Amino acid sequence: MNTLLAQSINLFAVVLLVLAFAMIAQRRILTLIHLFTLQGASLVAATLVVAYLTGQSHLYFSAGMTFVLKVVLIPILLHRVIQRLNVRWDVETLFNIPTTMLIGIVLVIVAFNLARPIAGLSTSIARGTLGIALACVLLSFLMMIVRAKAVPQVIGFLSMENGLFFAATAATSGMPMIVELGIAFDVLVGILILGVFMFQIREQFDSLDIRHLEKLKED
Amino acid sequence: MSLAGLFAQLLAVVLALGLAPLLTGWINQWRAWLQGRRAPGLLQPYRTLHKLFNKESVVAENASPIFRVAPYIMFGSMALACGIAPTLSTDLPLAPAADAIALVGLFALARVFISLAAMDIGTSFGTLGARREMLVGFLAEPALLMVLFAASLISQSTSLAQIVETLAHRPFAIYPSLAVAGVAFTMVSLAENARVPVDNPATHLELTMIHEALILEYSGRHLALVEWAASLKLFAYSCIGLALFVPWGVAEADTPIAIVFAIPALVAKLTVGGVLLALIETINAKMRLFRVPEFLATAFLLAVIALLVHGLLGA
Repeated sequence: MNTLLAQSINLFAVVLLVLAFAMIAQRRILTLIHLFTLQGASLVAATLVVAYLTGQSHLYFSAGMTFVLKVVLIPILLHRVIQRLNVRWDVETLFNIPTTMLIGIVLVIVAFNLARPIAGLSTSIARGTLGIALACVLLSFLMMIVRAKAVPQVIGFLSMENGLFFAATAATSGMPMIVELGIAFDVLVGILILGVFMFQIREQFDSLDIRHLEKLKED
Repeated sequence: MSLAGLFAQLLAVVLALGLAPLLTGWINQWRAWLQGRRAPGLLQPYRTLHKLFNKESVVAENASPIFRVAPYIMFGSMALACGIAPTLSTDLPLAPAADAIALVGLFALARVFISLAAMDIGTSFGTLGARREMLVGFLAEPALLMVLFAASLISQSTSLAQIVETLAHRPFAIYPSLAVAGVAFTMVSLAENARVPVDNPATHLELTMIHEALILEYSGRHLALVEWAASLKLFAYSCIGLALFVPWGVAEADTPIAIVFAIPALVAKLTVGGVLLALIETINAKMRLFRVPEFLATAFLLAVIALLVHGLLGA
């Protein structure tokens, strides 16, 4: 039973990675939010399994916090934002999507090779998944780079935090409680500020394209 | 080669020939139900085949011999593919003849001939269908190979029978790489079998069809063979998918009597699989043709991820 559970951590990790890829390939903002919610849910599941197997009670707490924040609160906020801004249509990308996915594969290979020696030093139960967590972080980073609109960039930022959180769980059985709390509130405050920003960008330029921000003065 | 193996081989091919139209009928029935239409009978594909075999076969004046032999080649390769895939037993005399790579080659052979036949008559629809079929095929094939490699990495062999034996024998374990490969395989088989996100098997709308455009010129027994071969292809793909990802219930070499139990297991798995396929086809809309490369590129990359994950986690 316990070996099966330990293997299920790997499975959740792979789900996290595949969802990160799906986000890169996805054109619609609404589906992007659904994918983000799913990613949060699989993160919660992975954390719960690690908590059960290692018997560390504070991981239960952080799993609960992840659930409340990333599966419930932030998706609701994002839904509201896109409803107010009325941006449900296709996302504009800077490169075409197959190219982006090919770059993504290269990132995955880099992350896997980078993490292998580090994972060898760890004694954690889920150390093999460190490479996957690193790959998730890099993929979300890539998503933030290639998207031209503000909302997908915010989702990329949040998904990067998912990857970081998973890396912490996989490599060291979770960060200290106080750090986790701090990050959670950072993310929450970050999303609120970014939400305000999105409304401001829209008011100034009549569009959410952040390339408008490159011009510093009016001509 | 044992007598039991020979019997299992014969039974597998006969079962495939008999059950393949039934599987198609079952999927069509569920598709109709899920879409709120009245369903055709379960045996409708058999009736269609019977009708077509009794009809006269009309061949265009300028048709070359390729046009006449293509249905037979297609039917033959699909029947052989059903014989190679370990549907009932892993003790198959045909299995050493062809491994997973040769199986993909067999599908490619059928595709090349049906495309040649479609171009042979010289109508614009046939040529258009052939080009689209080739576009889908050349993107789907590497993805299919990668999926099969992901499965063969676990069992250290490209022989399908060997893969199934290893997977079914080992104590139950979660293979993350297989889970990803399963998703990729589903996407590839949707594309290869002309199913909804890529092609609609029920349409004759000229601008969107792929498979129907290829076989537009066929009639009578030729058309019957092509249709039967299409059912066989779907059956073969389902069986390969079931063998790789749900291998339990397949009989092994040392227990020939298990074939008796393997048949109901196969039928049960196909029943559930057919409903799932109908569900996928119902909740998805057919995509634009130029989105198909993106869809198949995603399948290919998923399969590559499966390989990488196997390398990382080591299973």
